[in-house]
Amino acid sequence: MPLIEIKNLHVSVQGKEILKGIDLNMNGGEVHAIMGPNGTGKSTLSYVLAGREGYEITEGSVLFDGVDLLKMEADERARAGLFLAFQYPMEIPGVATATFLKTALNAKRRAQGQDEIDAMEFLNLIKAKTAELEIPYEMIKRPLNVGFSGGEKKRAEVLQMSLLEPRVAILDETDSGLDIDALKVVSRGVNSLRSEARAFLIITHYQRLLTYIVPDFVHVLVGGRIVESGDKSLAELLEAEGYARFEENEAA
Amino acid sequence: MAATQQTVDAVREVETYKHGWETDIESDMAPKGLSEDIVRFISAKKEEPEWMLEWRLKAYRYWLTLADQEPDWAKLNYPKIDYQDSYYYAAPKLGDGPKSLDEVDPKLRETYDKLGIPLLEQEMLAGVAVDAVFDSVSVATTYKKKLSELGVIFCPMSEAIKEHPELVQKYLGSVVPYSDNFFATLNCAVFTDGSFVYIPKGLRCPMELSTYFRINEKNTGQFERTLIIAEEGSYVSYLEGCTAPQRDENQLHAAVVELVILDDAEIKYSTVQNWYPGDEDGKGGIYNFVTKRAACRGKNSKVMWTQVETGSAVTWKYPSCILQGDNSSGEFYSVAITNNRQQADTGTKMIHLGKNTRSKIIAKGISAGKSNSTYRGLVRMQPKADGSRNFTQCDSLLIGDQCGAHTVPYIESRNPTAQTEHEATTSKISDEQMFYCQQRGLNAEEAVSLIVNGFCKEVLQTLPMEFAVEAQKLVGISLEGSVG
Ligand SMILES: Nc1ncnc2c1ncn2[C@@H]1O[C@H](COP(=O)(O)OP(=O)(O)OP(=O)(O)O)[C@@H](O)[C@H]1O
Ligand SMILES: [Mg+2]
Repeated sequence: MPLIEIKNLHVSVQGKEILKGIDLNMNGGEVHAIMGPNGTGKSTLSYVLAGREGYEITEGSVLFDGVDLLKMEADERARAGLFLAFQYPMEIPGVATATFLKTALNAKRRAQGQDEIDAMEFLNLIKAKTAELEIPYEMIKRPLNVGFSGGEKKRAEVLQMSLLEPRVAILDETDSGLDIDALKVVSRGVNSLRSEARAFLIITHYQRLLTYIVPDFVHVLVGGRIVESGDKSLAELLEAEGYARFEENEAA
Repeated sequence: MAATQQTVDAVREVETYKHGWETDIESDMAPKGLSEDIVRFISAKKEEPEWMLEWRLKAYRYWLTLADQEPDWAKLNYPKIDYQDSYYYAAPKLGDGPKSLDEVDPKLRETYDKLGIPLLEQEMLAGVAVDAVFDSVSVATTYKKKLSELGVIFCPMSEAIKEHPELVQKYLGSVVPYSDNFFATLNCAVFTDGSFVYIPKGLRCPMELSTYFRINEKNTGQFERTLIIAEEGSYVSYLEGCTAPQRDENQLHAAVVELVILDDAEIKYSTVQNWYPGDEDGKGGIYNFVTKRAACRGKNSKVMWTQVETGSAVTWKYPSCILQGDNSSGEFYSVAITNNRQQADTGTKMIHLGKNTRSKIIAKGISAGKSNSTYRGLVRMQPKADGSRNFTQCDSLLIGDQCGAHTVPYIESRNPTAQTEHEATTSKISDEQMFYCQQRGLNAEEAVSLIVNGFCKEVLQTLPMEFAVEAQKLVGISLEGSVG
C-alpha cells in the first residue's frame, strides 16, 4: 500500500480552483520532487495535505497509509506522522525553540502512548540534532523563529523534522534562503532520515538541491496539474529549458 | 468586654432560635448581615484586645457613611451587592466539608490533577478535614521554628494581634488607612484573618514564605488582611494564594494587603489568583475587590508585585507602590486572563514622591470568550520626585472576536525632570500561528496555551520557580474551551 495516495484532487480557494486533479502515489523509501512556476499550487498542495483550513476540496481523495487523510484534523495528521516544513515558518514570540520542540515531541509521544520525554534525555537528543545540523546550541534558547534569518528559519524547520521523525515529510522550498554550505548541511540532514519507512515530498525551484537530495521521481506542477513526471534527469531538463513548453500546453 | 460578651450571648440566642438547637461555640457562624453587633462578634471570636475592636468599629461606622460611594468607575458590570445578604463570620468546624477527596467535585479534582498538585495538598485545598498527623503540620512547625530562630515572625494576623500588638498597632492601617476606599473600609471592620510577616533588620529571609505552610489559614474567610514589614536591609519573597480553584459559596472577597519597606529593604510579593470564575454563562463566581499597597518608606527600598489573575467573575485590583524613599523602586508585573463572561479591571498605581524613584509596569491582558479585560494604571510624579522614571508596557491579546480589551493609563507629572514612557499593543492569535503549532502535533488548546505562555513570559519568569510552573499550566487551563 502506498504511504500517500492522492487521487484526482481538486481544491478551490475562495471559489477559485487552484488544484485541478492531482494524482500522486508515494511509497515508503521514496523521494518525490515537485517543481513548477510560481503560483501554480505547490504550497496549496502541501497545505491541503497538512490540513490547513480555508481550502475547499471539491473532488478527489487522499489516503495516508490507507486512512482518509482529509477527514483528520491538522494536529491528528501531524501526530500520525505527517510533517510540513513551511515555506514561511511562523514566529512564536516568547516561546523558546527548545520548549516548542519539547512540547511537539511530547504531543507525539503521548499520542503513541509513550511517557513524556525525560529532561536529560531531551537535552542529549537536542544536542546531537543541533550538532548534526550545525545549528548553534544558543539558537534553541531563543523564541522560535523570532529574529531568525531566512536560512536559520529553514534550518529550524529541518531540526523539527529530524526530531519528530515523521513518516511523510513535505519540504516546501526549504532550500530557498540557504547559503551553499547550509544547503549541504540541510541536505545531509534530510538524507540521513531517508529510510524505507519514510517518504519525502520536496518542493523546490532549483535543481541544485536535487543534486544533494537525489529524488526518485520529479513531477512538474503547472496550472494546478501534474503535467509531467520523470526521474532526476527531468529536473536537469527543467533547469535548462524552464517551463515554457508546459505553459504553452496549458494555454492551448 | 461586657458589651462583647453580651453580643456573643445575643448571637447564640438568635442561632438557637433559628435552628432549634444550641449552637456549639466551637463551630460557629454569625447570622447573616452586617451590623455593629457582628463586628463585635467577630472581634470577640478572635479574642481581640479592646483597641482592635475600637479600630474595627471606627471603620464600620465610617463605612456606613460610604453607603452611596461604592466605586463605580471601573469598567465592570455586576448586580448591586446586598451587604446584608452575606455571612461575615463562618469558621469552619473540624469535620465540616468533604470527608475525603472522593466527595470533592470531580471537575475540581480534574483541575488539581492537571496542575500536578500532590494528593495531600489537594486534600488541603479542597478543605478535606485532615488528620492532625497530616504531614504538613510538622512541615509547618519545622519551618516556623527555623524562622523564629532567625527573628522572623510569620503567623496568622489574628495571632499577631495578640502576640505582637506593638507591631500591629504601629503598622496596621498605616499604608491602607481604614478610610481608604469602600471595600478596604469594609475589610477593616470585618476581616477575619490573613498573614502577618515581620523580617528583622538585615535579614535575607532564606526561604520563600508561602501560605501553603500556614495550615491554620487553609480556610481563611473572604476578608483577608495581610501585613508585611521589611526592616532595614532585609529581604523577603512572599507567595500568596494557590493555583487551585477554591470554591466558595460566598460571592464577595475584599482583601487588604499592606507592605511596609524600610531603608534598603526589598519585598517580592507574588500572587496567583484562581478563585472560582463562574460558569460559561457567567453564573456564580467570586467578586474579587482587593486593595494592595506597598509603602517604600526607606531610601533604596524596593517592591515587586507579580500577579497572575486567572480566576474570579469580577476582579477589581490595583496593587500600588508609594515610592517615598529616595531611590526607591516599584515594579508591577501582571497577567490577567479572562474567559467566558469574566471581567477584570486591574492595574497599578505608581506614586513617585522621592527623588530618583523608579517604576516599571509590565501588564499582559488576555481576553477570550465573551470576557472583558481592562488595564487601568496611574503614574504620578509628585513635585519632589526629581529625576524619577517610569516605564509602562501594556499588551493585550485577544482570542476570538467577542471579547474586549481596554487600556486606561493615567499619567500625571508635576515635575519637569521626571520621565514617563508608555507603550501599548493589541494583538490576536493568528490562524497561521495556530496552524503552525497544530502541524507540529499540538491540539488547539495546547497551541493556545503555548502561545499565551509565550506572550506572558516576561511576567511569568518573575515568579519563583515552582510557582511559575504551576502558573504556566494554569494559563492553559483557564483558557480551555476558548478555541475550536
Ligand atoms: N488564501 C488565498 N486566497 C486567494 N488566493 C490564494 C490563496 N492561497 C493561495 N492562493 C492562490 O493560489 C495560487 C497558488 O498558490 P501557491 O502558494 O500554492 O503557489 P506556489 O506554487 O506555492 O507558488 P510559489 O512557487 O511562488 O511558492 C496562487 O495564485 C495564489 O495567489
Ligand atoms: Mg509556494
